[in-house]
Amino acid sequence: MKRHIIGFLLLLALATTGPARAQQDAFAALVSALAGGFAQQAEVVERLGASGDPRALPILRALSEGRLQKRPDGSVVTPGEEAAGAEAIRINNRVRQALRGALGRLQIVSPDPAERLAAAEAVFRSRSAENVPLLEAALAREAVPRIRAQMELALAASRLVATDESLKRAAIARLGGSGSTDARALLLEARAANPALLSDIEAAIAAIDRQLAIRRAGETLFQGLSLGSVLLLAALGLAVTFGVMGVINMAHGEFVMLGAYTTFVVQELCRGIPWLLAWSLPLAIPAAFLVAALAGAALERGLIRHLYGRPLETLLMTFGVGMILQQAVRVAFGAQNREVLSPSWMQGTLTLPWIGVPVTQNRLWIIVFGLLVFALVVAAIRFTRFGLEMRAVVQNRRIAATMGIRTGRVDALTFAFGSGIAGMAGVALSQIDNVSPNLGTGYIIDSFMVVVFGGVGSLAGTLVGAFTLGVVNKVLEPWAGAVLAKVAVLVALMLFIQRRPRGLFALKGRAAEA
Amino acid sequence: MSATTLAAAPPVGRARVTLRLVLAGAILLLALLPALNRLPADAALHVSDFTIAVTGKWITYAILALSIDLAWGYAGILSLGHGAFFALGGYAIGMHLMRLIGPRGVYGHPVLPDFMVFLGWPELPWYWWGFGHFPFALLMALFVPGLLALVVGWLAFRSRITGVYLSILTQAMTYALMLAFFRNDMGFGGNNGFTDFKELLGMPLNTANARAVLFYASLAALLGCLWLCARITASKLGRVLVAIRDAESRTRFLGYDVTQHKLFVFVLSAMMAGLAGALYVPQVGIINPGEFSPGNSIEAVVWVAVGGRGTLAGALLGAFSVNALKTWLTTVAPEYWLFVLGGIFVAVTLFLPRGLVGLLDRKGTGR
Repeated sequence: MKRHIIGFLLLLALATTGPARAQQDAFAALVSALAGGFAQQAEVVERLGASGDPRALPILRALSEGRLQKRPDGSVVTPGEEAAGAEAIRINNRVRQALRGALGRLQIVSPDPAERLAAAEAVFRSRSAENVPLLEAALAREAVPRIRAQMELALAASRLVATDESLKRAAIARLGGSGSTDARALLLEARAANPALLSDIEAAIAAIDRQLAIRRAGETLFQGLSLGSVLLLAALGLAVTFGVMGVINMAHGEFVMLGAYTTFVVQELCRGIPWLLAWSLPLAIPAAFLVAALAGAALERGLIRHLYGRPLETLLMTFGVGMILQQAVRVAFGAQNREVLSPSWMQGTLTLPWIGVPVTQNRLWIIVFGLLVFALVVAAIRFTRFGLEMRAVVQNRRIAATMGIRTGRVDALTFAFGSGIAGMAGVALSQIDNVSPNLGTGYIIDSFMVVVFGGVGSLAGTLVGAFTLGVVNKVLEPWAGAVLAKVAVLVALMLFIQRRPRGLFALKGRAAEA
Repeated sequence: MSATTLAAAPPVGRARVTLRLVLAGAILLLALLPALNRLPADAALHVSDFTIAVTGKWITYAILALSIDLAWGYAGILSLGHGAFFALGGYAIGMHLMRLIGPRGVYGHPVLPDFMVFLGWPELPWYWWGFGHFPFALLMALFVPGLLALVVGWLAFRSRITGVYLSILTQAMTYALMLAFFRNDMGFGGNNGFTDFKELLGMPLNTANARAVLFYASLAALLGCLWLCARITASKLGRVLVAIRDAESRTRFLGYDVTQHKLFVFVLSAMMAGLAGALYVPQVGIINPGEFSPGNSIEAVVWVAVGGRGTLAGALLGAFSVNALKTWLTTVAPEYWLFVLGGIFVAVTLFLPRGLVGLLDRKGTGR
């Protein structure tokens, strides 16, 4: 019935105007029919979509967003126009569904590439055999590879519901190569309708499953590397103070916390200058290093040096210092979490090429930062005068002293260096963890585990240890849950220490006795 | 690595006599407290319910301190996980107390504790079997910490993990247990733990009578542990332990089985801590995973350090004095308590390595 009315309207439009204006008036007639009932709306929407007329796009979009209005007399208000007493045209789910398809078809010829991509995705979802010629035409003109790939998928999805066997077979193969969960759902659905192509479909689903498994493995690996880089940052400072100097510093976590709070303070200082605010995070890195290094130097000179050779006492004492630092920060900044913003270049998600693993930018930056800090620490110890003196004091304090090295100064600097690295770790952690007074307590045990696992005194061991523990943790997580994975790793570490009490990278020869 | 320890040699001569007299006097005074609690409220010597509750709690802390002292002060095993043994003992007795609630819970289920009904457990998990019986629960309060200590200790001592490595290992142990007990699906009440207990051994908790009974039970346990520790430390076994503490490798080369000695004292110490936890929970009326937090264990270690490790009286003195200070300060100025506690850690290690007992005995400082 409705179909006849529209046909009649169209005829009327054609009859009352000359042929030159016929097209435009047909369009106008269709648009004015949008004010009708839901079934008529759906019909008109589909026609507008099929017309490929660029003018239809803003109108349909307005309709789908509830912005299209009609006057009390029933005529449609063109978007952008003002009309007194107009009310929004309401639509129902059926119209909405028609709109999705129509918008997709119109968008697919849009000059804006982002819009074309979105359209290809929409057409993929709405899939109907009618879209095939449309997609073929769009594909012929498309130059951007990413959009082409999406359009090919949409075409394959549309051909899957078409009739031609050989085309269907090619479409199934194309969908199987996509590695997309949507395509998998589509194929599962198509199984019932295409008993003849069952083996092709099963093979395609298996291919998708393989790709998905690879992608999941990639995601787990990335998460593991991300956790590993956090552990690396937290443990690197400890690898210097505990691993190299042999000082057990339970306040290490609090130095990390100090670094995070320094980041917060630097950000607040930058708040007055808008262009500086975006760079407050890089600015905070040296600031956090300095603050934590000064705190470390004060701790070493003031307290720890009186307890050299008494590790258990050092442990207890530094725990007390950590407690005081934590409470001091709690009094100064309050117990609630402080917010540290991420600069815009650290926000968002990237998709890695080839395997399509999504990675969050801030995690990626932290991995890069962790590796960078590691390289810096290694370089500082290996290539600088300070590093040389540090190694000399560790190897033989007395001979180093007779050679004119001021061992006390080197001790203080080494400890300050390790503490400063903890401060830099705090900058990174402020991006992914709550900046609160007890930020550090969660990392201290893990950090010790990393250092012990990797081998006390070996920086390379710390690197390998951190990433191994990170990845193992994340691999176990889906099976065991986050907490049990942690427990399992702790237990596994205890067992590992049974086999290699001196860690993965045990020092050999004379250094082992030092 | 051999940790050079500065543990006090037990005081000798007059200091020793003084110490014993003070100790005996203090215990006698403690024994009188519940009786004084029965005096009318306006009597001059009346002791409030609060004082009884707090002192009873401290007595269990003193047992914990004693257990740490036995392992650390005498055998040089600095465990930062004794809070875990304490909490496990507490959970064992807590399970019994939960079973005794019976149909009096909010949901009125005859068998399952409230949290299990809430989480939709169909029936009591196997590891809850038997906890309806008090002797079994008490046995488990000793056995479970002992077993954990046996496994961890065996793994650690066998590989000659000593000093700070062992400390970190035990800290990781209690940390892992804390994470595990926070989980709801462990079947131990998740982060709420157990509370709302009704009765123990047929006597309703939260009455003066129950408080007095628990108080005397704790005091008796403390005296028993003190006697046991005194016997051990005075024996040849005790001498070997001190030798291990001061020169582990030398003791090993002299032919003593260091691993077995350490294992023995570690397990015994864990069981004492479990007993302390079992006495603690009915008195405070709650146990939750927070008891496993590494901070608790290390705080208990500091009690011993404050009192003077390597002397049994020191452990008691430290537990009572630090906790008295804590109770007072957390009511007067709670925000300063952590500063003070941190300060105690620093001051004791730097200036008072032999603790308060060391002050009594200036002569022996030079060793």
